[in-house]
Parts: sequence; structure tokens; C-alpha cells
Amino acid sequence: MTGSGEGAAPAAGPAARPEQPGPRRDARPPIPRPRRRFNLLRSAAVRFAAIYAVLLSLSVAAAAGFVWWETAGRLSRQIEEAILNDAQALSDHWEVGGVPDVRSAIEERLSQNVDDDAIYMLADPYFERLAGNLSGWPAAVTQPGVEYEIRVERGGIHSLASMQRFDFPGGYHLLVGRDVTLRLQLTRLLTSALFWAVVVVVAVAAVGAIAVRSLFNRMLASVWATTAAISSGDFSRRVQVTGRGDEFDQVAEAINDMLDRITRLMDGVRQVSNAIAHDLRTPIARARTRLEDAMAHAGTEDELRAAIERATADLDAITGVFQALLRIAEIEAGSRRAAFCVFDAAPVLNGVAELYDAVAEDRGLSIAAAVPPSLRVYGDRDMLQQAVANLVDNAVKFSPPGAAVRIAATQSDGWTDIVVTDAGPGIPAADRERAVERFFRGEAARHTPGAGLGLALVQAVAQLHGGALLLEDAAPGLRAVVRLPAADPATAAPAKAAEAAAATAPYGDVIQD
Amino acid sequence: MRILVVEDDKDVAGFILRGLKEAGHVAEHAATGRDGLFMATSEAFDVIVLDRMLPGGIDGLNILEVLRGQKNAVPVLILSALADVDERVRGLKAGGDDYLPKPFAFSEMLARIEALYRRGKGEGPVTKLTVDDLELDLLSRQVKRAGQKIDLQPREFRLLEYLMRHAGQVVTRTMLLEGVWDYHFDPQTNVIDVHVSRLRQKVDKPFPTPLIHTVRNAGYMLRPDAA
Repeated sequence: MTGSGEGAAPAAGPAARPEQPGPRRDARPPIPRPRRRFNLLRSAAVRFAAIYAVLLSLSVAAAAGFVWWETAGRLSRQIEEAILNDAQALSDHWEVGGVPDVRSAIEERLSQNVDDDAIYMLADPYFERLAGNLSGWPAAVTQPGVEYEIRVERGGIHSLASMQRFDFPGGYHLLVGRDVTLRLQLTRLLTSALFWAVVVVVAVAAVGAIAVRSLFNRMLASVWATTAAISSGDFSRRVQVTGRGDEFDQVAEAINDMLDRITRLMDGVRQVSNAIAHDLRTPIARARTRLEDAMAHAGTEDELRAAIERATADLDAITGVFQALLRIAEIEAGSRRAAFCVFDAAPVLNGVAELYDAVAEDRGLSIAAAVPPSLRVYGDRDMLQQAVANLVDNAVKFSPPGAAVRIAATQSDGWTDIVVTDAGPGIPAADRERAVERFFRGEAARHTPGAGLGLALVQAVAQLHGGALLLEDAAPGLRAVVRLPAADPATAAPAKAAEAAAATAPYGDVIQD
Repeated sequence: MRILVVEDDKDVAGFILRGLKEAGHVAEHAATGRDGLFMATSEAFDVIVLDRMLPGGIDGLNILEVLRGQKNAVPVLILSALADVDERVRGLKAGGDDYLPKPFAFSEMLARIEALYRRGKGEGPVTKLTVDDLELDLLSRQVKRAGQKIDLQPREFRLLEYLMRHAGQVVTRTMLLEGVWDYHFDPQTNVIDVHVSRLRQKVDKPFPTPLIHTVRNAGYMLRPDAA
């Protein structure tokens, strides 16, 4: 038996192993649970719930206090007032007719007292009853002008009464009171009603607090889980949107938009670093090959010099690419916005036209600039100059001989459009979105010099200015529009630029990050 | 001329010093900020080439600030691997006269050093520039060569003016872009060459001897033809 038992143990081992919490090497770090560090005092949800409960209780207490004051309190005050009125009236009778008059007044009042709640007693100096509906002077009532609330017996019925003693000249005493049994009942009723109200309020407050807390937690748990997942590297996670369109949804959507943007930026960075790795390897490899080849095979000093010269030119080209990349990065970082000012862009456009005029003419092209005499723009002059120069550079490079490159500018609806049109091969619709990516080289650009950074820079400049770069078909050729917001910095909202671009882009391909 | 080179990179410094000596200048070298500051403040130089980032706690801008604080107006060419626009502006604001980002071609540096030296001399306001038989009148904006009037476009006039102000010196394409067009970036297409060739058509072509010369791997130079 022991033998087979021992034999079975190793067989059970592997079966049991998967249940052991062994180290899982390639599993993602677990997403922390929202309630992991739950602390009742530190929980904002509990705090909010408590505030809710306290506020609810306070408002109910205030309402109850008011009800109490308005009912039981008013009743007490009315009774006291009635007692004093009665005493005053009887005192008047005393002055008119003495004991007999007061006695007849008491009897008359008692006979007219429908509610049967009035209590009177007139007593001689020895507290012997002369008139009234009490059998004897209550021993507890010793001082005049003090309100007593005592049990009395009246016609065989015990009840609670509120009464006061008034003294008349000659040692006579008057006792005026009211039966307050009714008030007592009302007070009891009210007390019990309020007690239950408090119980209900506490219950409602507790339920409400729990609801507030769970609402809070549901929202925060989603945000928490999402952000925690993203911190640990899972960029596909998004905060749940309930679709109710409430404030929580707004927060969730804002967070999701932010995450989308971050993801796009990360993709951009990844794409750029891949492109750098790929596109710079080629010229570096070429320079290296030239140098190594010259070292091994150059027969004469002249050959060696020529090879070194070419390799130096290659390295200069690589430096140029780096400079352009850094410039784009610098513009995208947005740090240069501090140097923005309102300036006249017309001389800038004419200057670019003039700079390229000679080159264009050499290639059998013409440059036509249709720029208004003054073009107020809010931005960075040097950047805009470089952006327009890049567009014109492209236009001149890609246009066939005999064609015209047009530079135009228009201002309307708070937008300034700077348009450069060429008659070259254009950019196929499918490539337009990618044309602004760093290092993108279209089919038509295969055999022209360049690194594929020109349009990326133009786009970076346009976006820094709160505008957009639109690439359109000029049939034939390319129509590149740098759309900038109005010169007034106060009315230029970057968000509006994207909307306007989306509204007017002919192919729906808004060129954005 | 006497030039101080403050540069910590041994290879770069050696390359600059050799080049300057070959060009006929006297070049002194300081490898740290401390040495550079000491030499710059205690000796007289015609031009200082200053690397921005230096070891030893004192960087190029510190040296520049001390020099300018002492009312020392020696022309300073700032050399830096920090190429972005803000750095450039910061260098020029601190009192630098010119800014050359690394990596650079030696010819570019030499041309800029010579231009700085010439500017430092400051021969006062001129109204007329003359090189050989070429005359440029800054007031009437007229150009004559061998007594013959030459019609130039406004930009061609400015280009010629720049070349004449730097007569006998190498002027690089970048210097022309900055000085004549106020462009601070390199256009991909070599637009400058075409402009210079047009100027040549008007200034040199009709005459027996050329004045505008191409300097290989560097740029242009306007000088009387020695040959």
C-alpha cells in the first residue's frame, strides 16, 4: 500500500503544479486592482458619501425643528396666553364684584367651555375651595406667577394640566389652568414621527452614500484600470464611455482623446526612429564604402582626394538631414512660439519667389507671385519663410519645363491661405496623407535629390501656427495650401484650424499628425 | 592675424589650428574654459573662435560675458554643436558676432573669421565701393565697370555690394544667404549659384577679365584678376 502510495505521489505532482503560483515570466505585470489600497478615511468616495449623508441629515433636522416649533411650541405658547387672558379677566371681575362676581364668572366660563379643558379654582386664604372644577388646591402650586405642569384629578379623571396661581387682595387665591393632555399626545405623536423620520433619513442617507460611492468608484475604477494598464505598457486600453453623455463621459472622452493623441505621437516617434535608422544608414554606408574603397584601391593621390571629397559631401548631406530633423522636432516641440509676432508676410512670399526666380528660369519655368500688398500674419517670420521656400523648392523641382509655379495668398473668414501650385506629377490621393511623414518619398520623387523632410517641416510649421497643411490636386500638379489663423492672436484658436481644414479638404484627407 | 581657438576636442582643435596656420594666421589654442578665459582676457587677439561647451565649469558663453563685461570688443565666432535657433539667438545675444554650428567645413569657418576681422576693422561709412575697374555707388545705386553703366536688379545690386564689401575674401553660399537674403537655413536647391551666375553675366561676361571667382568647395571671391 505504502509502495503504491509513494508511486502515485510523483504522478500527482505535475498535475498539481499548474495550480502553484509559480513565477510567470512572460506574463504582463498584473493590473493593480482599484481597491487595492482602499482606506476608509482616505477614500474620496467615502468622503463624498459622508458629505452627502451629513447634508441630507442636516436638512431633515432643520425641517423637523421647524415642524416642532410650529406645532408643539405654538400650542404651549397659546395655552400660556389663554391662562394669562383668563386670569386678567377674572381679576377684572374681582375688582368689580369680589368673590361672588369671580365665582359666577368662573361658573359661566366653565359652562361655556366646550372643549372641557379649562381649569379654574378660587380659594380662600386657607386654600379652601370657593369655586372651580378642581376638588382641592393642588399642593404643588405654591408660588404665584410660576407655570406648573402637574397631574390633577378633575371629575374623577386624572389628567395633566398646566396652571398658574394668582393672588387677589385679602388672601384669596386664583388658580387658572388648561388641560394639556392633548398637547402631550401631539408631542408624543410628533416625537415618534420625527424618530421614524430620522431612521428613514439615516437609511436613505446610507443608501445614497453607498450609491454615490459606487458611482464614484465605477467611474474612477475604469480610469484607474485604464491608466494603470497604460503605465504598464498596454496602450490599447481605453476608459469606458457609458454613452449617457454626462460629466463622467466627458472626462472619459477627454482621457481617451489624450490617449489617442499620445498613441499617435508614440507611433510617430517610432516611425521616425525607424526611418532615421533606415534612411541614414544608406548614405552613411555609402560614405564608408567610398572611404574604405579609396583606402584599399586608390592608386594616386588625386583619386584618394576625390574619394575623400565625395565622402565628405555625403557626410554633409547626412548632417543636413539631421539638421532638418532637429528643426522639425524643435518646431513640433512648440518652444519657438514665444517668438511669435504679427508681421507682414507679403515681403516674405515675394522674397521666396525672387530667390527661386533665377533657378526656375534656368529650368525653363516661370514663377508667378500673386500676393496682396500687405498680408498680416501672426507667427514666426523665419519659419514661414522656410516653409514657403520648401514648397517652392518642391514645385520647382517637380515641374516640367515650360510650366508655371504659382505663389498666391488670400485672406478670408479669419484664415490666411498661402498657396503654392505646380504643374508637376502631383501626389496620388493615396499617398497624400503619408506625404507629410518624415522621409516619405513619393514615386515621382525617386529620382530627384532630397530626403523627404520638406513637407514634414511645412506641416510642423503650419501646425505650430494653429493651422494646417492641405495637399490638393491641381490637375495636373500639386496645390499645397498653408492655412494659418487670422493675424489676431486672440481669435486664433488652434482647434478651429483643424475643423476648418476638415470642412474644406477636397479628399477628406486632413493632413494632421 | 592672431586668432585664439578655445576648443576642447583635440581633433577639431588640431584641424582648425593647422588650417589657420596654412592660411597664414597665428593661432593659439586653449583646451579648457579656464585657459580660454585667461588667454582671452590677458592677451590681444584679432578674432576668437569659441566653442560653447567646454570642460572645467567655464563655458563659452561665460568667457564671452566676461570679455564683453570688460568692454573687450574682439570679434568672436561661436562654435557649437547646439544648432537650434534658440541656441543661436542666445549665443548672439551674449555678445557673439557670428555663430557656426558643428559640423562645419573649414572653408566656411575661415571665410567667416576673415569677414569678422574685416568687420572689426570698420573703415567707417562708405558711399562708394571700388574693386579694380568696377565701381558701385551706394547713394545713386549705380554700378559702372570700365566707365560703362551696368543695370542690376535690386537683389543683384545687394549681392554685388556684399561681394565687394568682402572683396579679396572667400564668401560662402551660407554667408550670402544670410547676408543678402536674410535666410537662416539651407535651401535644397542651390539657388545662390544661379544668382551669382546671373550677376556674372552682367558684371564679368562683357569684359575681358572676370572679377567674380568660384572658390572650389567654399564659395565665391570677388577680386581683381591677378593673372
